[in-house]
Amino acid sequence: MPGAPDVLFRTLADPTRRALFERLCREGEQTVGALTARSGVSQPAVSKHLGLLRQAGLVRDRHQGRQTHYSAQLGALAPLIDWTSQMAGFWQNRFDRLEDLLKRMDQ
Amino acid sequence: MNKQATEARSVIVEREFAFPPEKLWRALTQPHLIEAWLMKNDFRPEVGHSFSLRGEWGGVLDCKVLAVEPNKTLSYTWDFAHDDAAYNLRSVVTFTLTATGSGTHLRVEQAGFGPQQRQAFGGARAGWEKFLGNLDQVLGKAD
Repeated sequence: MPGAPDVLFRTLADPTRRALFERLCREGEQTVGALTARSGVSQPAVSKHLGLLRQAGLVRDRHQGRQTHYSAQLGALAPLIDWTSQMAGFWQNRFDRLEDLLKRMDQ
Repeated sequence: MNKQATEARSVIVEREFAFPPEKLWRALTQPHLIEAWLMKNDFRPEVGHSFSLRGEWGGVLDCKVLAVEPNKTLSYTWDFAHDDAAYNLRSVVTFTLTATGSGTHLRVEQAGFGPQQRQAFGGARAGWEKFLGNLDQVLGKAD
């Protein structure tokens, strides 16, 4: 199932696949051809990796003419982020602001 | 499906402030002061009062006051509703103030059920636009 942590970990465990995903994260949407040119592997291999990334929800494809463009879906990584750790960071940040406010308040 | 992700969890953050409880209480309960450190709101310190917290990222939290004990305890629900269950959050936030010799110890506990799969909170880039997916981001960015 897309989005499940096991699938995400398994999909990103492969170095070539991870490199493709990281490039899409860093550089934005790209065609299969552009990705292949710098990947060091064949286009069919790149396409296969992209297919697995797509199944995991990590990339999205967009067809335009004869080209297929791929882009990273960062939201797919969210299951790997624990909401409590996110909220802890949020409250620490807000407490900083609260402290600033208290210093500004009179009385 | 990640079973753990559906379990109730809580987060606790504590800090000591060099100000008396009465002053912190004002910051926690007066709308213009709440806005200065937390979010825009239509809060009133009355049990049962429903209000919203509006984040800079455009997300709106649905809240309801559960407990008010001046200078000591404030508790309200903190829910984020989303069509996609992956972004839903249902939680309760409780502030506890304890006077110390030199100021006030403030403890906030947030307990509840987080997003079920993809999570909304934060992720800073991906999520905030969708809130929890976005909330993560919302919160991670926290500004």
